[in-house]
Amino acid sequence: MPQVNGRFVPDMKSPRTPDNEEPAEERAHDFRPVDKGFTKEMALAEAERCMDCKKPLCVEGCPVNIKIPKFIEKIREQDFGAALDIIHEDSMLPAICGRVCPQENQCEGRCIRGKKSEPVAIGQLERFLGDQPELASKPQMKPANGKKVAVIGSGPSGITCAGELARNGFDVTVFEAFFTGGGVLVYGIPEFRLPKAVVKREIDGLKELGVKFEFNSVMGNLANADELLGEKGFDAIYVATGAGLPKFLNIPGENLPNVYFANEYLTRVNLMKANKFPEYDTPTKHAKQVVVFGGGNVAMDAVRTAKRLGAERAIIAYRRTEAEMPARRAELHHAKAEGVEVMPLVSPLEFIAGEDGNVCAVKVQKMELGEPDASGRRRPIPIEGAIEEIPCDVAISAIGTNANPFAKKIGGMDLNKWGYIVADENGRTSNPRIWAGGDIVTGAATVILAMGAGKTAAASITETLTAE
Amino acid sequence: MYKILEKTQFSEKVFKFRIEAPEMAKHAHAGQFLMVRANETGERVPFTFADWNPEEGWVEFIFMVVGKTTKMLSTYEPGDAILDVTGPLGQPTVMAPGTTCVIGGGVGLAIAYPVARTLVKTGHEVHAIMGARTKDLLLLEDQFRELLPDDHIHITTDDGSYGEKGVVTAPLERLLQAKAVDEVFCVGPVPMMKFSTLTAEKYGTPITASLNPIMVDGTGMCGCCRVEIDGKTKFACVDGPDFDATKVDWNDLRARQAAYRTEEGQALKAYEEANCACHR
Repeated sequence: MPQVNGRFVPDMKSPRTPDNEEPAEERAHDFRPVDKGFTKEMALAEAERCMDCKKPLCVEGCPVNIKIPKFIEKIREQDFGAALDIIHEDSMLPAICGRVCPQENQCEGRCIRGKKSEPVAIGQLERFLGDQPELASKPQMKPANGKKVAVIGSGPSGITCAGELARNGFDVTVFEAFFTGGGVLVYGIPEFRLPKAVVKREIDGLKELGVKFEFNSVMGNLANADELLGEKGFDAIYVATGAGLPKFLNIPGENLPNVYFANEYLTRVNLMKANKFPEYDTPTKHAKQVVVFGGGNVAMDAVRTAKRLGAERAIIAYRRTEAEMPARRAELHHAKAEGVEVMPLVSPLEFIAGEDGNVCAVKVQKMELGEPDASGRRRPIPIEGAIEEIPCDVAISAIGTNANPFAKKIGGMDLNKWGYIVADENGRTSNPRIWAGGDIVTGAATVILAMGAGKTAAASITETLTAE
Repeated sequence: MYKILEKTQFSEKVFKFRIEAPEMAKHAHAGQFLMVRANETGERVPFTFADWNPEEGWVEFIFMVVGKTTKMLSTYEPGDAILDVTGPLGQPTVMAPGTTCVIGGGVGLAIAYPVARTLVKTGHEVHAIMGARTKDLLLLEDQFRELLPDDHIHITTDDGSYGEKGVVTAPLERLLQAKAVDEVFCVGPVPMMKFSTLTAEKYGTPITASLNPIMVDGTGMCGCCRVEIDGKTKFACVDGPDFDATKVDWNDLRARQAAYRTEEGQALKAYEEANCACHR
């Protein structure tokens, strides 16, 4: 690396290393990972672009404050194990977060290089390290402290908390309603964006740390908080059930056959492998024309899945414009490269049934942008009389979720009026034995925030229980 | 893995499995269900609890062979294991005290029976109306006869091959006319539930229906099992499966149940071809 007077001189000339993507025309027909990740050469070149700022804004931009310039420095030194150890101090899931974090709004969004050129590809560097977990130092395990903690849910928040607690000497059991671990990482995020093998590696890693997994265990019905803390002998509970019920569009025809909530559409394929029907027993619809309502990552995942299931026309219909879409820029870019059509400024009015009773079209209201609303985004306003019909044989709504109804069934702690768990900044609920975090506290958010909540709660649980 | 402890065959196509599931057995209630994933490539299918025993640590469910999964399950024997069983799911059946009428049509009898049994156990006087297309398709008659006095059992077949010729609404109408029941519970094919409901409504008698839409996750996450109740969308897996039958949109339920009929037929055909004797 270039050095001047012993100080590192960043490469200010090279452009950002482009992502290592599969060709769009090929990948759009199967579920292979879209982004192959950086090679060692690419990672080394990109690491040279980091200015090693004295006051690194990227670290502030990261929800869990990963020491980004420090791990990049270790990449430059080709000491990848040490680089990974630095990430692990703040995040246990770099292979996952490197793939799914909205970096453009977080670390990379604050990167100084982005002002005049393009930001350092921090997400890709993180993923590059996360994909070589064997290089990391063996985690330091505290001796067993004899305390038992139940973690409810094996999504990003639950598994992060479980891992931290296991390392801190706790006897941890994770209860998961599905037959496999990972939560939204396996039922929600498609294989082409986050391979299931990456999630499995994290779950297997936890098992090696001694974390026990109880699958097919719907907490709230199979046991509630009282039983877990009573006869089951747990000293504390971390509730990370995730978000729950899909939000409705509340328009006529929403319950017609072949109108899906994105959760169902994605679960059939991601978890139940409906794309391999009839080898796998769960079917799905291979539609020719698919319309997805929403502008977030779930909408992108659904529309790209539709494309892979053979849709000739796959449309993202959003009531604002591309600029306001909350999806990661990378997902929007990938979707468009794969032939997904973006239809901005439309709002669904009604799903229409064909002669066979299944959905055959959706009536939409054209919109225009007005003044900014509370979210700072320009509010869409209907254009009077501008109504259109889009033909479709599958329609999907991906407009968010409501609270998971099992939080109430687990019981023992206060919920707010929308059914979310009330928890403080340490994840403490109204019950001194119950902590909670992730989407069931914040509402649908990101993997990294859920993970951060799991880590924070683990620290608080550790502090509380070891002081007893 | 969930071990099959006992397999009972009631008729050519109807079976009962007793599954080892100690935790589930402690928390199961009548009207709730479990979900089965038979093997690695299996789909998730809901079955209502038929019985459970917290002391001995087992739960039971009854199923009729209708599609690939049930056909495959029917080949499982005691000692075999089902890969995944999740439950209890859904809300328990709640019936006000008094005299109740339990109506089961076709395979719905497999769900009606445990409800009737629980109602008897909780001190209800119970009438049962058992409906089937023909005599051969009438399920669990012996079990119902063991549970209830003969004059509380009303059997109908569409073709008159057994019991009264006709549909379940005829005996229901007689019971309601005689003011013999306070509340009705029904489960079965959509037309049967719909017309039972219209009959009960005529007499102002409350009626509950146990709805059976297709499910995927069974925990309120995916929304596959949504049903329209009083103009509002509800999820059968977490809000039900029991609902006030007078509020159900039956056309919506029937259409959603049929959404995968082609694929279901395809899966069954592929399974039968792969497993028929001439290919072995």
